[in-house]
Amino acid sequence: MIRAVLLALLSHWKRRPFQLFTLVTGLALATALWSGVQALNAEARQSYDDAANLLGGDTRLIDPTGAPVSSETFLALRQNAWLVSPVIEGWLPGRDGRVRVVGVDPLTMPLNSPAGAAVANIGIADFLGPAGAILASPATAGRIANFDEQLRTIDGLAPGIAIADISTVQAIENRVSYDHFILLPEQPFEQPELVEIAPNLAIEEPDTASDLARLTDSFHLNLTAFGLLSFVVGLFIVNGAVGLAFEQRRTVFRTLRAIGVSNTVLVSLLIAELLIFALVAGAIGIALGYLIAAALLPDVAATLRGLYGANVEGALTLAPSWWLSGLVIAVLGTALAAATHLAQVARLSPLATAQPRAWALASGGTMRLQLGLAGIALAIALTAGLIGGGLIAGFTLLGGMLIAAALALPSALTWVLRIAERLSPDRPLVQWFWADTRQQLPGLSLALMALLLALAANIGVSTMVGSFRLTFTGWLDQRLASEVYIGAEEESDVPALLAFVTPRVEAVLPIWHTDADIAGAPGEIYGVVDHPTYRENWPLLSALPSVWDQISDGEGALVNEQLARREDLNPGDTLQMPGGWSTTVLGVYSDYGNPLGQVILPLEVLTDRYSDVDKQDFGLRLPVDDIPDLREALIKDFGLPPENIVDQSELKRFSLDVFDRTFAVSAALNVLTLTIAAVAILTSLLTLAAMRLPQLAPLWAIGTSRRVLARIEVIRALTLAVLTFVLAIPVGLVLAWVLLAVINVEAFGWRLPLHLFPRDWIWLLALSLLAAGLASLWPARRLATRAPADLIRVFSHER
Amino acid sequence: MVVYVSALKKRFGDVTILDGVELTLSRGESVALTGESGSGKSTLLHIVAGLEPPDAGTVKIDETDVFALSDADRARLRRQKIGIVFQQFNLIPSLTVAQNISFQARLAGESVDTTDLADSLGLTEHLSKFPEQLSGGQQQRVAIGRALAANPSVILADEPTGNLDETTGDAVFNLLLEAAKTSGTALLVVTHSTRLAEKADRKLHLSHGMLTP
Repeated sequence: MIRAVLLALLSHWKRRPFQLFTLVTGLALATALWSGVQALNAEARQSYDDAANLLGGDTRLIDPTGAPVSSETFLALRQNAWLVSPVIEGWLPGRDGRVRVVGVDPLTMPLNSPAGAAVANIGIADFLGPAGAILASPATAGRIANFDEQLRTIDGLAPGIAIADISTVQAIENRVSYDHFILLPEQPFEQPELVEIAPNLAIEEPDTASDLARLTDSFHLNLTAFGLLSFVVGLFIVNGAVGLAFEQRRTVFRTLRAIGVSNTVLVSLLIAELLIFALVAGAIGIALGYLIAAALLPDVAATLRGLYGANVEGALTLAPSWWLSGLVIAVLGTALAAATHLAQVARLSPLATAQPRAWALASGGTMRLQLGLAGIALAIALTAGLIGGGLIAGFTLLGGMLIAAALALPSALTWVLRIAERLSPDRPLVQWFWADTRQQLPGLSLALMALLLALAANIGVSTMVGSFRLTFTGWLDQRLASEVYIGAEEESDVPALLAFVTPRVEAVLPIWHTDADIAGAPGEIYGVVDHPTYRENWPLLSALPSVWDQISDGEGALVNEQLARREDLNPGDTLQMPGGWSTTVLGVYSDYGNPLGQVILPLEVLTDRYSDVDKQDFGLRLPVDDIPDLREALIKDFGLPPENIVDQSELKRFSLDVFDRTFAVSAALNVLTLTIAAVAILTSLLTLAAMRLPQLAPLWAIGTSRRVLARIEVIRALTLAVLTFVLAIPVGLVLAWVLLAVINVEAFGWRLPLHLFPRDWIWLLALSLLAAGLASLWPARRLATRAPADLIRVFSHER
Repeated sequence: MVVYVSALKKRFGDVTILDGVELTLSRGESVALTGESGSGKSTLLHIVAGLEPPDAGTVKIDETDVFALSDADRARLRRQKIGIVFQQFNLIPSLTVAQNISFQARLAGESVDTTDLADSLGLTEHLSKFPEQLSGGQQQRVAIGRALAANPSVILADEPTGNLDETTGDAVFNLLLEAAKTSGTALLVVTHSTRLAEKADRKLHLSHGMLTP
């Protein structure tokens, strides 16, 4: 019996292959973007974990003030049975930005760590060698410049990090101290208290999540939100296809129930049928997701490096759990999309009418219910926005708002269509057009909701990126005021370099800095001289009066917005500086794109307080016309390598390139989400087209040609797309505001002004019209060329 | 002559449905068409309405050769000269009763006052309702109203009482005959009921593709 019933149920799909295609496409697309995003996140998180666990990810001994630790302390600890291993971190010059290098002591480090395994891999003798080996993954090794003879590639090492012997890194960094000690897991039972041997040190327990993982959480949450949005949009398609298929089979269900198939058997078989579809579509979706992830990974890696300095390997390595979770999400998505329809079948009485309920007709009650749910979603969103804090609250605000907008869409469109009907000329076809469009809304509402979500996300994200770009460009103009930037090859070359350039330019501005932990997080400290360049251009957001005079007098420091927001610093507050001293915050400046906290001190204070200052970089002020001559003189007469001379326009172009690449992922996800929405519209129109025939045939019979009817169908799709677009604009702008004023502040530590880009909207409107137009063209063409016999059949089927 | 049908032939595959049908209808004349299921009654009606082309033969409405016209012109002819009443009413669900009644007439470019027509059809109190809010008999009266409102030359009714109970069916059939007579419109009505067919001016039987009295 089961087989016979199953065959009866499946015969529906055989007769309606397009409906099956719709169902599988929707589910596959939904799974694809979700799985793709999960693959990207998994790959990135694996890279962070690899980096965090390079040395075993264990407990560390640190100086809480951020000061380096000495070799004497190391000796004292080892002599007193404290099993510790010293670590020093530095930077190697790279082809596209510097590369982090970690110096380890191979004799005392934990051997079971990835770094220990890498050292064992090449042998300790080679590692220590005369020049000292530098170990890196093949991709990272390709990025390191100038150390070709020392480089050894090790597969599987964390991306973006090199390992070398501690003395090698000390030589590169030109210092003898260490940054911290690793506390080995196995310690003797008896050992003196730490305070007795190294009172300046404290034990730092490992975090469950690495700093990088925490820092990049916002980015991954962002990607997940996009994946979820696409998944929801895809589920709209599935819900529509399943709903239609169930509706068309109501007669079959009733007949099966009447001839003795129990409700349990019927529902179980329908679940089995859906499960098969979910697994097939899920597998297709996972394969598509892999392709999407592989295509987007280089851009994601660029974004993570650009925004957070995080390194992610450029190739996908996917765990079986990813494949499995993709299938699970496909099955769960199908269950979610089909739940209400299955519940209806479960309640179906054998005596129920065989007349299909008007699938496309929803009662006013449904719309009122949707409106009520929209109110609840909005209330949750506003509560999260007003009371909650953090990224989760920010995304709850976003999600709630989008859901509310989507649920309220049918009511809003009905209202707009009523007004349009009232204002339109009193002509029968026009009158019918508006009334009929209103009546088609329930059948199209899921697709239109999908379109609204895609458009609002598009407007929101592009407004955010556009605002960011505009602000960033203005900020670059302020920040990169010097016409040329140069870097000496060695610190010993600096006096000669200064003697060479000073007579040739209007001003030489040292760009000296040191890296240090500021308020417990990695940061940078810069030194500046008093010069009109800073007074006139520096992008201050808030400052005490006569801030530059006070800086010049050494009375305080400037901090970047990220540090100010993280530590809640305002002008006039006191900032604890690494090395155990404090200074007054005199002003806060914008510092877009920098993941680190930054402090600017007077140059003398920087050099007095810190010994390991990088003193090789300078900004030069000179007339723009003199730049080519200066460049030529520096290269030919002084012998400075061309790559050590960067002019302002080059730097700006490079910065904007990095910026654009950083947001390429958002643009790609935007397009993919919009594509899914277009597919949703197409499938809805095609499924509705078949059901529309009985509604359109009488119009044709009483004298409206098929061509006119087809044209009206296209105009209807375009009208709904335009109306949805218009309604998506305010939703998108609120979304942009939340992204700029809430999410960005939480995620990156800076707030950006909102700029509007109406020209982008016109482009987006054209895209949506194209999507809706193309989607409606196929069903419209089918209608226009439909054989009269098909339309007549509508009347013939009556008896 | 309002309707002129000559030497009309139609085949579906190997089956000949209409085999040289000859038919004429004058203004104000009602003709009832009976026949077995599948005998081709509806096909004949559809061809006369210009909805379906014949394999051979001529159909003229008010001297216009229907199938010599383009698709668009044929559509115009339908909305101006022909009123159609279907078994399933085929009203436009998104429009009110008043809008449905006036719809075809307005499509044809005529301004219509539906008040008198609605009154004669007993629909006055239902004018602002939607089709789904009416009974079957009421819906069919709306369909008849739509056909009449355009002042057509001919009304083609395909089993107009097929979906109604006997009493309602009788009332609707009588209404159709009376309305056609009053307005001077020719009426070709397909019916299974010989009892109702007797009420028409002429009764024709379609069998083996031929019309017989």
